[in-house]
Amino acid sequence: MQVSSSIRDPLITGGKTVKDVSHDISRHVENKPANLWYLAMAISVSLLAYGLYCVWMVLWNGIGMWGLNKTVGWAWDITNFVWWVGIGHAGTLISAILLLFRQKWRMSINRAAEAMTIFAVICAASFPLIHMGRLWLGFYWALPLPNAFGSLWVNFNSPLLWDVFAISTYFTVSLVFWYIGLIPDFAVIRDRAVVQGNNLRAAIYNALSFGWQGGAKTWMRYESVALILAGLSTPLVLSVHTIVSMDFATSVIPGWHTTIFPPYFVAGAIFSGFAMVLTLLIVTRRVFKLEDYITIYHIELMNIIIIVTGSIVGIAYITELFIAWYSGVEYEGYAFYNRVSGPYAWAYWSMMTCNVISPQLFWVKKIRTSIVATFVLSIVVNIGMWFERFVIIVTSLHRDYVPSSWTMFHPTMYDIGEYLFTFGLFFTAFFLFAKFFPVINMAEVKSIVKSSSEKTNQDASH
Amino acid sequence: MDADKNFIVGVFDDEEVLLTGIEKVRGNGVKIHEVYSPFPVHGIDDALGYKRSRLPIAAFLFGMTGTSIALTMQIWMLGYDWPMIIGGKNFASLPPFIPVTFELTVLLSALGMVGTFFIVSDMKPYKWPRQFDIRSTDDKHIMAIDLAKNQSIDKTVLGKILKDAGASEVNEKNFE
Repeated sequence: MQVSSSIRDPLITGGKTVKDVSHDISRHVENKPANLWYLAMAISVSLLAYGLYCVWMVLWNGIGMWGLNKTVGWAWDITNFVWWVGIGHAGTLISAILLLFRQKWRMSINRAAEAMTIFAVICAASFPLIHMGRLWLGFYWALPLPNAFGSLWVNFNSPLLWDVFAISTYFTVSLVFWYIGLIPDFAVIRDRAVVQGNNLRAAIYNALSFGWQGGAKTWMRYESVALILAGLSTPLVLSVHTIVSMDFATSVIPGWHTTIFPPYFVAGAIFSGFAMVLTLLIVTRRVFKLEDYITIYHIELMNIIIIVTGSIVGIAYITELFIAWYSGVEYEGYAFYNRVSGPYAWAYWSMMTCNVISPQLFWVKKIRTSIVATFVLSIVVNIGMWFERFVIIVTSLHRDYVPSSWTMFHPTMYDIGEYLFTFGLFFTAFFLFAKFFPVINMAEVKSIVKSSSEKTNQDASH
Repeated sequence: MDADKNFIVGVFDDEEVLLTGIEKVRGNGVKIHEVYSPFPVHGIDDALGYKRSRLPIAAFLFGMTGTSIALTMQIWMLGYDWPMIIGGKNFASLPPFIPVTFELTVLLSALGMVGTFFIVSDMKPYKWPRQFDIRSTDDKHIMAIDLAKNQSIDKTVLGKILKDAGASEVNEKNFE
């Protein structure tokens, strides 16, 4: 039996019963979507279409369409890649790490957060693939497959190759974890469709649920699988952003060649991921009327994680500056002096304001329990985290070793268009998910309805 | 009477009543076919006397397979098949091989374990489950008792045992 302390805020409000949970979540799959949903889809699909045009132009003409030059050979593409991968991290943190720590508040938010992870990783992966120029050959070049050149194998010493393995493993395992969670909920929709007499929907959701029946023995195995997947995903998620940071940290570019990159990148990833989860869930709970499941308490807890990770990121920025001075290495010192006061100082100070100062506002309880403030700050944080990657990548490159190579980076409409492409892809996928899949993990929420609802807490306090 | 055809089904509304109910029913010498729940009920595996799942062992073995494949592949490719001088380092040096080894360990472990789970639980997309009560995925816990395996006890007595154990309804379910 599960017990929760009566001094904790209830995780599910509105006196919900187990039957209410099935109804409140499944009806969004069963009913016609609201007009707002069609509007949101129309905007996302238009973005996607425009983005696809830009991607097509880049693939047809080559990556010279981007604003890259001889000095700045990496810019928006890798910035966007790291940004999207980072966003994905919150989903795995919520579903895996919070499961290992037995944090029950994950249960209302893990489904949507994991969906976000999967779509964010797809968006991220599109950048290195497009950067290859001929993305249809991407798998052939990046994987150790026998080839006609010897076989000339891929270089296992390169962090870029580690990234290939890290991202594809991360994507696959996250997808499997997410799908395992969906199986019992698909069965709920199937059985409701049987009762409603909708045979087509019943057949589709039965196939999706792999014929789930919910026997005690299957549940026992299921829980064992979920626990081990969580145990596997925890080091996996930490490894992914560690390896992403090694793309930079194993190089010899001043500003990149830093040993604190792995933990600093992981903290930043969780920071931006939680911000994106908040942005998405604040809208989702409103549109789907899920205020009883995703409560202010959930939002407050996520904001606390934003304070913690935002502060870690702030300390990392200051440590970088300190070490650049304290190490006495001129190149390192100049790289940071240039970041703070050079031509890209505006980007540096935008990053500092958005990432270090803005999350500190959440120390005030009124702000971290306010929907409007949280929504605004969650977007501010993600703007800041985009600037963080831009600052690390572009400001470190644009002042080359030889001053005659010094230059600036100017994005073209194709750099921007491809970023918009990932937004179109991400939101199209997310809205489709929100329509056709249950957005909250019904089985998990049902297991805590009794122990952690308002009513039980009131009973306990009498 | 054929086994696996004729069942008596008890419907439970509450998971705590269910847990004590299982003990009462088993205490009467009744063999329970299976209990179907809308969510995992903690302690139900002990109450039903199920042994712990061996899926963790499968996960470990698949993981070790991944480790071996990854190390063998990398050492053979870069150490023997086409040695390359990279930064003047050994052809086959272990530290740079660790990330890929770790990732493949996790990948094979996860996929292998989930595949095993589907196979041992007989789950597949084209299978329609045999439902004892359609409400078992919604809000009811369903206890199914195979009449063929409990022939020593009369049907009406079984119904009474279920009612006494806390079942809110007792139904009969026959499959052809």
